[in-house]
Amino acid sequence: MIFEHFPILIPLPLLLGAMIAAPLGVWKRDLAYPIALFATGVSLFFAVSGLIFVLNTGTHHYHLGSWAPPIGIEYVVDALSSFVAVIVVGVGFLVMIYSHRSLQRELPNKEVPFHSVSLLFLAGLSGMVVTGDLFNLYVFLEIASLSAYALVSVGEKRAPVAAFRYLLLGTIGASFYLLGLGYLYLVTGSLNMLDTAKIIPLLQEHGLVLVALTLMIVGIGLKMAMFPLHLWLPDAYTYAPSAGSAYLAPIATKVSAYVLIRILFTVFEPAFVRDEFSFTSVIAWLSAVGIIWASVMAIAQKDLKRMLAYSSVSQIGYIGLGIGLANPLGFIGAVLHIMNHAVMKATLFLVSGNIFYRLGFTDIPKFDDKLRKMMPFTSVAFVVAALSMIGIPPTAGFFSKWYLVLGSIDAGNWIFVFVIALSSLLNVVYFFRIIEKMYISKSKTLSESTVEEIKMREAPISMLIPTLVLAIAVIVLGLLNAVIVDSVIKLAMPNGL
Amino acid sequence: MTDFFIGHIAYYFIIALLIIGLWGMLFKKNLVKKLIGMNILQSSIIIFYVASASKYNATVPVIDPRLGAINPAHYINPLPHTLMLTAIVVSVATTGVALALLIVIYKRYKTLNEDELLERMK
Repeated sequence: MIFEHFPILIPLPLLLGAMIAAPLGVWKRDLAYPIALFATGVSLFFAVSGLIFVLNTGTHHYHLGSWAPPIGIEYVVDALSSFVAVIVVGVGFLVMIYSHRSLQRELPNKEVPFHSVSLLFLAGLSGMVVTGDLFNLYVFLEIASLSAYALVSVGEKRAPVAAFRYLLLGTIGASFYLLGLGYLYLVTGSLNMLDTAKIIPLLQEHGLVLVALTLMIVGIGLKMAMFPLHLWLPDAYTYAPSAGSAYLAPIATKVSAYVLIRILFTVFEPAFVRDEFSFTSVIAWLSAVGIIWASVMAIAQKDLKRMLAYSSVSQIGYIGLGIGLANPLGFIGAVLHIMNHAVMKATLFLVSGNIFYRLGFTDIPKFDDKLRKMMPFTSVAFVVAALSMIGIPPTAGFFSKWYLVLGSIDAGNWIFVFVIALSSLLNVVYFFRIIEKMYISKSKTLSESTVEEIKMREAPISMLIPTLVLAIAVIVLGLLNAVIVDSVIKLAMPNGL
Repeated sequence: MTDFFIGHIAYYFIIALLIIGLWGMLFKKNLVKKLIGMNILQSSIIIFYVASASKYNATVPVIDPRLGAINPAHYINPLPHTLMLTAIVVSVATTGVALALLIVIYKRYKTLNEDELLERMK
C-alpha cells in the first residue's frame, strides 16, 4: 500500500516539484506555476489524509528505507505533527495560488525561481514537522532557512540587507541548535527523539543535558523570533515581496514553535523542564515581556507590513507563553494559536499584498475610505482578521487567547492574565486606526476633485479567493474550536503535562 | 589536573574558535568579515563533533580481523563524522547564499561597510 508511506510523501512531492519546476520553467516559463501548485496539492492531500489516518488509528511510525530506529531515520506522525503539517501545507497551498499574480506585478521574470524556492521552503518546513530524528530536523531546518533567506532577498530596496542579517542570525540559531545536539548526542548516544527521551531519565548527571537543552532552546528561539531574539524579523518581513512575507510570516516561525514543543515535551519530560529546572517559566516570562513590547512597537509603525511584522513578534509571544505555562490548558492554547495565528497572519499579509497590488504602497497614513470603495472584499477580509487578532468572539483568535487565560489562571499567575488583556487592548489600538481610516475617514483627494468617480478595482480573482478563503477560515475555525480541541489537540497532549 | 587540561585541549581550541566567530559576526563592521566570522563559528562546531568522536589507538570503523570485532574501543564512532559531512554541505550552501546576497548589496549600495550602508539606506 502506498498509503503506508504517507509521512515521506508530505515533503517529497515538494522537493521533487522544486527540482522539476526550475529546469522546466527555464524551458517554458508558464509551466512552473502549475507544477508548483500540483506538487503542493499532492502534498496537501497526503497531509490531510495523514491527519485523518492518525486520528483514526493512532501514531504512525515510518522507518525511512526500512532501517529500524535508532539506527535509521524515523518519521513520527502523531496528532500534533499531522495537525501542524496540515496547517503548513494548507496555508502554503493558498499562498501558492495567490503568489502567481502578485509575483507578476512585483517580480516580473522571476516567477520560476521564486516558485521553485518556495516549494523548497515548504518542503523544509513540512519535513521539520514529520521527522522524528533530531539531526534530520537540523537538515530540514537549514533547507527551510536557506530558502527563506532567498524569499526575503528578492524584495525591493533594503531586502538584501535584511536577508543578510536574517542569514547571520539564523545561522547562529542553527549553529547553537547543532552544538546543543552535539552535547545531547555525547551523553545519550542517540539522535532519535523517542530513543533520546528514554535515555535522558536514566542519566545520573544533568550538567551536559542542561547545556544541551539551553543551547537548543536559544537556537530554536532565534529561529522562532522569541523575544529578545526577534531582531531579524521586522526588517525581513517588511522588505520581502508580498508573496514572500505571506509565506514566511504565517508558517515559518510557527514550525519553530512546534519544534520547541517537541524538544521541551517529547525529548525532555515536562516535569524535567518545568519543575526540576524552570526552563519553561523563563520562556513564559520572556514571552510575556515580548507580547507587550512588540505590541507597543506595532503601534509606532507607519507601514502596514512592518506593523504586521511587529504584531507577529507579539503573537509568537502568545505561543511562547502557552508553551512556557507547561500545563494542559496552556498547551491547548499554544497549539490552537499556532493554527489561528497562521490563518490570521496569512490573511493580513495577503490583504497587504492586495493593497500593494492596486495602490503600490502600504503606508498607513495614506489610507482612506477610497481603499474600502476600491477593494470592498479585501477590506472585509482585513476587518475579520483584525477582529480575530484582537480576540473578539466568534473569530478564531478569541479561543486561543481564552485557553491561554485559563492556563494562566490554572498556573495561578495573574500577571499573565493581565498581560494578555493589556495586549488585546493594544491590538485594538493598532488595528482600529487602520479600520478607522478604511471605513470612516473621508478621502481628501475625493473632496478636491469631485468629478473623479471611484471605481471598484478589486485585486485579481486568483489573489482575492485565497484571501477570502482564509478570512472565512478565521471564522469557521473559531466556531469549530471545540471540535478541534477535543478531537485533535487533546490527543496531541504530551505525557506528564 | 594537568591531565584534564591536556586531555581536553581540543575543546579549549573549539571554545576559542566559537567566541572568535561570534565576535566577528557581531562586532566587525565589514559584511564580508561578518561572513568569515560565521564560517569560523560553523567550523568550530564541525571540529567539536569530529573531536568528540576521535579516540587514541583506534582505527577506522572497518572490521579488522587482527583486532577482532568485539571491542568497540578499537574503532572510532563514524556517525559524528558523517553528520558533519552534511553540516559542511549546509555551511557551504549558506556561504554561497550569503556571498550572492553580498553581491546584490554591493551592486545596490556600492559599499559593504555597515556604517556606510546604514547611511546610504536612509
